[in-house]
Amino acid sequence: MSLPLLSLCTFVPLLGALAILLMPGAKTARWIALITTIVVFVLSLLVWANFDASNPGFQLVEKHNWLGGGISYHMGVDGISMLFVVLTAGLMPFCIAASWESVQTRVAEYMIAFLVLETMMIGVFCALDLVLFYVLFEGGLIPMFLIIGIWGGKRRVYASFKFFLYTFVGSVLMLLAIMSMYWYSGTTDIVTLLSGVHFPRAMQTWLWLAFFASFAVKMPMWPVHTWLPDAHVEAPTAGSVILAGILLKMGGYGFLRFSLPMFPAASEMFAPLVFTLSIVAIIYTSLVALAQEDMKKLIAYSSVAHMGFVTMGIFTVTHQGVEGGIFQMLSHGVVSGALFLCVGVVYDRMHTREIAAYGGLVNRMPIYAACFMVFTLANVGLPGTSGFIGEFLTMLGAFLHNSWIAIFAATGVILSAAYALFLYRRIIFGALVKPSLQTIQDLTAREIAILAPLVVITIALGVYPKPVLDVTTPAVAKLISDNKTALALDHMHKVAELNKGVGR
Amino acid sequence: MNLQADLLVLLPELILAVGAMALLLAGAISGEKSAPAISLGAIVLLIAAGVATVMGPDHVTAFHGAFIADDFSRFAKILILIGAALSILLADEFFSTIQLSRFELPVLMLLATLGMLLMVSASSFLSLYMGLELQSLALYVLAAFNRDHLRSTEAGLKYFVLGALSSGMMLYGISLIYGFTGSAQFSTIATVTHAGVPGLGVIFGIVFLIAGLAFKVSAVPFHMWTPDVYEGAPTPVTAYFATAAKVAALCLFLRAILTPFPDLIHQWRQIIVFISVLSMALGAIAALGQKNIKRLMAYSSIGHMGYALLGLAAGTALGARGVLIYLAIYVFTNLGVFAAIQAMQRKGKPVENISDLAGLARNDIKLASVFALLFLSLAGLPPLAGFFAKFYVFLAAIQAGLVIPAVIGVLASAIGLVYYLRLVKVMFFDEPVDAFDPVSGMGSKAILVISSVVALFFILAASPVITAADAAAKALLP
Repeated sequence: MSLPLLSLCTFVPLLGALAILLMPGAKTARWIALITTIVVFVLSLLVWANFDASNPGFQLVEKHNWLGGGISYHMGVDGISMLFVVLTAGLMPFCIAASWESVQTRVAEYMIAFLVLETMMIGVFCALDLVLFYVLFEGGLIPMFLIIGIWGGKRRVYASFKFFLYTFVGSVLMLLAIMSMYWYSGTTDIVTLLSGVHFPRAMQTWLWLAFFASFAVKMPMWPVHTWLPDAHVEAPTAGSVILAGILLKMGGYGFLRFSLPMFPAASEMFAPLVFTLSIVAIIYTSLVALAQEDMKKLIAYSSVAHMGFVTMGIFTVTHQGVEGGIFQMLSHGVVSGALFLCVGVVYDRMHTREIAAYGGLVNRMPIYAACFMVFTLANVGLPGTSGFIGEFLTMLGAFLHNSWIAIFAATGVILSAAYALFLYRRIIFGALVKPSLQTIQDLTAREIAILAPLVVITIALGVYPKPVLDVTTPAVAKLISDNKTALALDHMHKVAELNKGVGR
Repeated sequence: MNLQADLLVLLPELILAVGAMALLLAGAISGEKSAPAISLGAIVLLIAAGVATVMGPDHVTAFHGAFIADDFSRFAKILILIGAALSILLADEFFSTIQLSRFELPVLMLLATLGMLLMVSASSFLSLYMGLELQSLALYVLAAFNRDHLRSTEAGLKYFVLGALSSGMMLYGISLIYGFTGSAQFSTIATVTHAGVPGLGVIFGIVFLIAGLAFKVSAVPFHMWTPDVYEGAPTPVTAYFATAAKVAALCLFLRAILTPFPDLIHQWRQIIVFISVLSMALGAIAALGQKNIKRLMAYSSIGHMGYALLGLAAGTALGARGVLIYLAIYVFTNLGVFAAIQAMQRKGKPVENISDLAGLARNDIKLASVFALLFLSLAGLPPLAGFFAKFYVFLAAIQAGLVIPAVIGVLASAIGLVYYLRLVKVMFFDEPVDAFDPVSGMGSKAILVISSVVALFFILAASPVITAADAAAKALLP
């Protein structure tokens, strides 16, 4: 391995930010940001090219001394994390392009905030040390806070504070858990912790809860999801894309990377809790989505519902469920990002996100209507789109685990069809009667260039998901077999303890 | 040990003592106009003392064990000297803007610094008290230095009255400890308390000692003076209080508790945990409603002392290491914040309200970014330096089993985050008001740059600081 590809992916955006600092001007800032993100995307594709899909372990590993005392700079990807790196790097150029015209104030600062955010996000998925992970996980809050707060809508201050405080409170408890793990095992190295550190059952419970506090907020799971609609509504379009596309995935990634493999007994114990919350999220937030008047809010609630499928799939600890969860996250990253971009398109023209202000757009914006339809159907989970694969696999996993869960989740699928199609009908179809809409223009070349690749990806992944599943399958298989071994071991411990009790 | 060798151990202190006298004479002879030159001389002396500290002998005692120079005192002294030198730099600019330059200021700061150096090197209660009083007396005058200003005079008087009270409590505690153990020497007291169950008198003495020390570090419930003094004292003097004085007081706290009473940890730990938790909570909550930025920084410093005391409550070398790392980062961050506060001037007049910061990002993006960076670092957000400060303290607390105080601590830090974020919001989200005068002084600019670099890049260069703090903590608790 010659190039430290993951470090490059992580820190090239910072170089871009530095370049923007040194070269003033809004136009140069936009171009530097775009070029940087494209370079990072190419680098992330190189990561994929250099990735050996048959190897379930960590690859492209880099390890350097950092803080000493078992805390090091350790980077690497496996089948679970690698595609998230690609997803992050892939969405960023779209975000920059989507902000090309809609962001006119303080452009250089905006681009710097996005590039710093990219560093943090890619780093989170590459980090193989808990402290490094935490630093990057939390570090992303500052740029996102600024993005919502400076370039957001009317209630941006409220939304940015809510976003920050919710996620911060969740994460600090995780930090204390990381410290306890450090004192128990003497290291914060994720690879070491994954291979053979066995935490006692009681400790696992607390650690699991602390990590859960952080990831459940990030995910977000019902009932701590309320920051998300506010943040989405107030954030600028690109901010929403990143929020829905990447930041939410950190929660699911955290469950997969830490909760399941490191605290298997606690995960088993708390699985019913997770299922309950997931089902509530799927059904309740779908119903809430039905009643929304604001397009972004509706998509935000639908995100919560979709993340419910992810948590449900992950905690079934079946091959289908976990892999479906990962696929659902990747697919939702593309689809929800694209939906927010679609909202951004009409928002840039009309400066309102109220559903009632639209109607009959198909008459004047046929290309837009077609793109929007693909993403709406993918959001519903129609076969042939990427949304179907993930939803289907998670439901399959849930069915294997407990058919009742699958039955409840299935009602969520129906509801998602209801609110998504309802939204689509109210905006796109019907008569074009509103006077303000009479002159609305269809997509510009720039907007087509942004949305077309996303349409292709959505359909391609739905028809041929193999490239993604090939990457994830070995890692998921290892995750599940490790989990089973650990549980068996834990069971043995428990039996041994019981026997001891009997012997006395 | 002969006198010559003893004096050599004391070289940094001697440089400051003799130098301060010489500067006082020079100032008196050449008059008020010499103030900038005297300031420069003071900074040179501080640097010389710093060099003498670094080159000085390792782990030796002098004057029959009353004075000790080890890795711990070295670490603390360097921080104190940095804090003092940069505060003098700020003071020189501040007082020349408001046309109140006086040569006594750097001399007083030198004398206070001398007291601080003696404090962190004290290894008996007598030398401890001597250093403490030398420092305090100079600080009382410094707080009231802006003598035509009502607030400043009030600050000086309040500080003096309450400071004298706390010194009295501490002396009472010391006398009880002396009475029940038969020694004022830390190492002898340790031997005595190790040998057998100490009398109730010693515990009583420790309580009073901690009360006095808690006053000096402005921990709850002995914090009342802090907001008034921070607000009233001239900004560079506040910077000095918040950095050098805090380092000295906290390091003194560490040594005066950990060295003589390691076997009484179960007795004093509950007190420290109590004041630590209260300080964290009060610092966070009371800061929420502040309108004056210096008062806000006062409550912030109360909170920060609470976090640092959590490291002391751990009672281990790791805890002491955490405190030292905390202080190192805290000194640089606070110097930067006060340099930025000092830059808040309109038409040559200092302004101090948080609302004056509104929209600063539009008027002066550089100053606003530095401010935001330092505030977020104080809030303890990664990847900024302040995160690592809290990290090592909490790490030690968790290891010592202080899980519940740690949980309260992180929750308090979430509350504290609100007011730091509010400051960022005021600067970045709000509509701008009138611009500040551009930052003109080279000293302020340098301090702003240094503190931002520390806040941003500590993450890359953490390991040497941690190693040094580790060595220092091991000197205290082998």
